[in-house]
Amino acid sequence: MTTITVRGSRRRGREAMGRAVRRNLTAYGFLCGALICFAFFSWYPMIREFLLSFQKTNFVGPPEWVGLDNFRTVMEDSAFGPAWVNTAMFTLLALVAGYAVPFVIALVLNELRHAKAYLRIVVYLPVMLPPAVAVLLFKWFYDPGPGLFNQILDLVHLPALSWLDSTTTALISLVIVSTWMNLGTGTLIYLAALQSIPGELYEAAELDGAGLLRRVWHVTIPQTRLILLVMLLLQIVATMQVFIEPYLLTGGGPENATVTVAYLMYQYAFSFGNFGGGGALGLMLMIVLMVFSAVYLRVSRDDKN
Amino acid sequence: MSNRTAEASGADVRPDRRAPVGPYAPARRSGRRRPGRTGERREVRGLVSPHTLTTTRGRIVYWTVLVTVVVGFTAIFVFPLYWMVTSALKSPEEIAQIPPSLFPEKIDFGVYKEAWDQLDLGLFLRNTVVYAGGAWLFTLAFDVSAAYALSKLRPVLGKAVLAMMLSTLMIPPMVILLPAYLTVKDLPILGWNLLNTPWAIWLPAAANGFFIFLLKRFFDSIPRELIEAAEMDGATPARILWSIVLPVSRPILGVVSILSVVNVWKDFVWPLLVQPDTDKMPISVGISSLSAQMPQNVLMAALVIASVPAIVVFLFFQRSIMAGLTAGSLKG
Repeated sequence: MTTITVRGSRRRGREAMGRAVRRNLTAYGFLCGALICFAFFSWYPMIREFLLSFQKTNFVGPPEWVGLDNFRTVMEDSAFGPAWVNTAMFTLLALVAGYAVPFVIALVLNELRHAKAYLRIVVYLPVMLPPAVAVLLFKWFYDPGPGLFNQILDLVHLPALSWLDSTTTALISLVIVSTWMNLGTGTLIYLAALQSIPGELYEAAELDGAGLLRRVWHVTIPQTRLILLVMLLLQIVATMQVFIEPYLLTGGGPENATVTVAYLMYQYAFSFGNFGGGGALGLMLMIVLMVFSAVYLRVSRDDKN
Repeated sequence: MSNRTAEASGADVRPDRRAPVGPYAPARRSGRRRPGRTGERREVRGLVSPHTLTTTRGRIVYWTVLVTVVVGFTAIFVFPLYWMVTSALKSPEEIAQIPPSLFPEKIDFGVYKEAWDQLDLGLFLRNTVVYAGGAWLFTLAFDVSAAYALSKLRPVLGKAVLAMMLSTLMIPPMVILLPAYLTVKDLPILGWNLLNTPWAIWLPAAANGFFIFLLKRFFDSIPRELIEAAEMDGATPARILWSIVLPVSRPILGVVSILSVVNVWKDFVWPLLVQPDTDKMPISVGISSLSAQMPQNVLMAALVIASVPAIVVFLFFQRSIMAGLTAGSLKG
């Protein structure tokens, strides 16, 4: 009797193990496609980024270790300083225009009872355009002669600007395009957040005699605090990678007024053929962005607890 | 207890608790949020009380704001598009004229045809469709099965694999652009050069941690009993995925599909690098690489043609796109 039980349980144990092995094999069968894609196109490039910035890559022989030479090269470049300053300025200006404005728009849209669907579609329309299309369209608007913007300035009797051709306005021109084509995203996200605020909170604030602005300050902002913070960090990380605007509009000019870190990185690799230098810039940008990402992670984790 | 309710009402803006597209989420969410809410109180109110809107002054302010917003939005967001469409209808002389004409003198769609033929837009569009379609297929095939395995089969090291996949979300794409390009140019171990092949777009598109995250979270919310019942009946994991998991996952599959197609459609930098041959370029790269040598009106016509598919897709799938946006904004 006992032997049978023992043998039985042993067989059952073996069966269970067999099943576990089979389940794991099936699972990894399902996983293999994604694993291969991630390994080749995400994980390996992440490691390669580190190697790249300490190597000299010439496409004939194996890469050569050069220590910090690549970093020295890019830091001695006359465009290095401007690239960081412009990236920081671009991010700052894009935040001023692209962070507060969508929130205000969302606040107003949330109060409207008419034309809601229309406004929502319209504000999101530029986001749907391929960015290259939006940027090339604005390049035409910025044309100093028959371009739309100078014509509008002329209509209201203001002096014409040289937009992309002047060191003072070129960066601002890039910020305008970037804001125009990205505004819709923030607006709709804030709108969704605003709609989840219970009306009772506003009612209670009103009973306590809080005016409109105080209601925004004491109810709306605390209720959307987290999403505001998350969006701030995501937007900083996204705008610091700015590339397409300088690439299509100015080529970094005039006089390095619009060269950005990502654009300089691209130039190093594809104009100068110096992938090591590009890798070094990429690594520096990664370190800066990782700081913001770490703060973001921290914020969302704190919130979970 | 009241404390908990207050917390729960704030939970909607929390990324981890928010399940905007979960199969059972909407019911659970509204139930959790306002447990004691009665029918007549469901009316949502915002910052301004409904009472204020009934006063004369309130009404005047409201309509002024409404008209300003509608006119302002139309001017800022629609007028540039109008300008793009009409610029393409103008002759080269008319487009350079100062002051510009608000309406084209005569409607001539010839420029559109010229742009289509001169730039070979048909080829660019076909390339874009091939890239977007293939990326969509690979994304669905690889990411859905991976998320299913991680959620329901739970293999050894599954948690580590998931963590590594999600960790890629922390890496800004621009930063690994060069090493990714070098990888595609000379695939490690295999030594293949994928430049100028659709694989260079399809496969990297499938390596998307955010899709894995969305799908896995959705699959996690499918009740265990459903899966166990099917297992009892002797269904294989593949069968369970196909006949049970996929049918209930339609909303999330819709969101992932649209996001993956839109991502590829809008992407510029990556195809710029990996499709250097003119006859392999997707439309936005193609147009911008030829933009310098084109007359302004032809360029505008090309831009219109490039934006039409995106706008049509948007008008059709608005709801899913916006659902994907709120899911997308809260990525971890």
